[in-house]
Amino acid sequence: MTVAERLKDAIMAAAVAALLALPLIGFETVDTGGPLGIKTRFDYIAYAAIVVFLGRLGMRIAFDWRRSYRERIVQAEPTNIDRKELLTVLGQKADKWLMPVMIGFAIVMPFLPFANRTVIDLGTVVLIYVMLGWGLNIVVGLAGLLDLGYVAFYAVGAYTFATLSMHFGFGFWETLPLAGLLAATFGVVLGFPVLRLRGDYLAIVTLGFGEIIRVILLNWQPVTGGPAGISGIPRPSFFGFPFSADPPEGATAFHQLFGLEYASIHRIIFLYYLILALALVTNLFTMRIRKLPVGRAWEALREDEIACTALGINPTNTKLTAFAIGAMFGGFAGSFFATRQGFISPESFSFIESAVILAIVVLGGMGSQAGIVLAAAFLTLLPEVAREFSLFRMLAFGAAMVLIMVWRPQGLLAHREPTMRLHPAGTKPGGGKP
Amino acid sequence: MIGGALEYFLQQLINGLTLGAVYALIAIGYTMVYGIIGMINFAHGEIYMIGAFIAVITFSILGIVGVTWVPLALLIVLIVSMIITGLYGWTVERIAYRPLRGSFRLAPLISAIGMSIFLQNYVQIAQGAKIKPLQPMIRGGIELIKGETFSVTISYLQLIIMAMTLVLMLGFSYLISATPLGRAQRACEQDRTMASLLGVNADRTISLTFVLGAVLAAVAGVMVSLYYGVVDFYIGFLAGLKAFTAAVLGGIGSLPGAMLGGLLIGLIEAFWSAYFSIEYKDVAVFTILVVVLIFRPTGLLGRPEVEKV
Repeated sequence: MTVAERLKDAIMAAAVAALLALPLIGFETVDTGGPLGIKTRFDYIAYAAIVVFLGRLGMRIAFDWRRSYRERIVQAEPTNIDRKELLTVLGQKADKWLMPVMIGFAIVMPFLPFANRTVIDLGTVVLIYVMLGWGLNIVVGLAGLLDLGYVAFYAVGAYTFATLSMHFGFGFWETLPLAGLLAATFGVVLGFPVLRLRGDYLAIVTLGFGEIIRVILLNWQPVTGGPAGISGIPRPSFFGFPFSADPPEGATAFHQLFGLEYASIHRIIFLYYLILALALVTNLFTMRIRKLPVGRAWEALREDEIACTALGINPTNTKLTAFAIGAMFGGFAGSFFATRQGFISPESFSFIESAVILAIVVLGGMGSQAGIVLAAAFLTLLPEVAREFSLFRMLAFGAAMVLIMVWRPQGLLAHREPTMRLHPAGTKPGGGKP
Repeated sequence: MIGGALEYFLQQLINGLTLGAVYALIAIGYTMVYGIIGMINFAHGEIYMIGAFIAVITFSILGIVGVTWVPLALLIVLIVSMIITGLYGWTVERIAYRPLRGSFRLAPLISAIGMSIFLQNYVQIAQGAKIKPLQPMIRGGIELIKGETFSVTISYLQLIIMAMTLVLMLGFSYLISATPLGRAQRACEQDRTMASLLGVNADRTISLTFVLGAVLAAVAGVMVSLYYGVVDFYIGFLAGLKAFTAAVLGGIGSLPGAMLGGLLIGLIEAFWSAYFSIEYKDVAVFTILVVVLIFRPTGLLGRPEVEKV
């Protein structure tokens, strides 16, 4: 591209930006009581146009430079690995070495010098999303089913936990399986009619289901408490030993059991390890089930449904198991969320949560367990870091989702390899890579 | 009282048809994009919201400048909103979807969800989170049946919405069935590679599809801002969801299907709110969607899709 062409291109982009910005940024509506008043902000349009102009020009130059660089590289050394390939190779290796490193870090994290209450709380939030991501990964990453309403199962788990523990006096460990079971039941009830259909319908039905659950939570006052939600959910105890400064008559508190000074951080650390354990169970389960016939059937269905049907796999039942198991882990995570927060309301289960969890799975590189951890950390910490610009953080979140998809559609750590191979690399009869 | 019940029913029918006309306009954008590139354009609801915002802003400016003759103001607002919203549709496709053409199926959907979040927050930051009111401009209506307890009226605004939708639908059907653009679009829908080989500019056709969808959504946005008199940055989500439901209900990829589906969703919503409970009207809409999908998976007017190996 010549300089003139580049300039023309950038000017066009700036003109479009100015036109787009004109009504929505150029004029600000002001409440005056009666008809809306208007304030003009034309200087902002100029800034937007200049930013777009420079950005577009820079992007063009960078692209052209990269293309000529690549051409030179290819001429000099034809077998050079594309740098983008590197991340893909990394993704395939990542599950092997990155996971133990991350797990090790997660285990010692609360005792590192920088770990104060805020850091551990943040770690807990990240782990909740890691667990949700791993749960949804079974549905989206392994079975290839697009679920846009995953948060509904999370909500079912949370509300089941709240109701059972508040009205029936169940403890955390009794409620946890029940919440998972109920969420799985919802998964089966919802999945049974729609899993026979094409994938896109599943997406919209799950999206609708998420909305239905939210509307029910908002309006079914006697059970869900409506918009106000449920508060005062019992906090977890350490296997029957409560975390409190002065335990009730006859009970031993956690700090007395271990002869420690009472500190409120004990509970925070316990919650952190609790979600870490739950998340690791999800991970272990996924890793093991991938090797079982049903797990292999999921991955096979994702790749080619017709071939699977021909081989005698029942697609509906197989998908249903993935859907129900994914829902179950969502329910577990919901229970944990309820007991950690002590308060739940429909606000916590809006569509945006589903979108965030799905984004974690896809950005992580569908099916890659390690990638999901990185994506969960990135997407939950980004809004925390940008808290000062709280107005702009969701804007940045949306933009980041678009940009990462455009830059790397296959996710941060791509991993779509089938787990099983007939002939592992190098062992194929006749040699060479399969 | 039986007479009163009938009149109540007729009134709900009129309200439902009005609402349905709006949903149908938005649903066309979904169904066309799905037909041509097989993706759910999740940001389409936000495009509609932007159309409504531009309408409110332009109406306010016109009010200040002193253009108060309603037909002229309406015309100007429609044109401005259609042009700029169309440009938004084009830009969104260019930035978020075109680079992803040919990548795996979920990638454009994620990008679309990101775009939707971005646009929602962009409008919230630029115009504030408060509800924007619009003074009623088109008042009055025709009393169709004068009952003792209840009279059936159709307001001029409802008439305008229905007439406008009808005209747009007819024009659009003509555009698709009889113009070079429509032919290119149908060709791309059937086989994009083959169409490109035969000299159809597929990229341009897809861009134009997005622009057309956005223009129709802009009309829906203008109409809704007048009809309800309030706009906020969050209206796109639910309206988009329902319009997509309408597109699926009618058979996604089918234009008459989108129109029929839109009308049905509007009617279901109006009647459910009138006779059962207003809180659960969205639940009713989605339940009916699930029931239709179970018994008629391709929607009401969709062609059965044969999957080939």
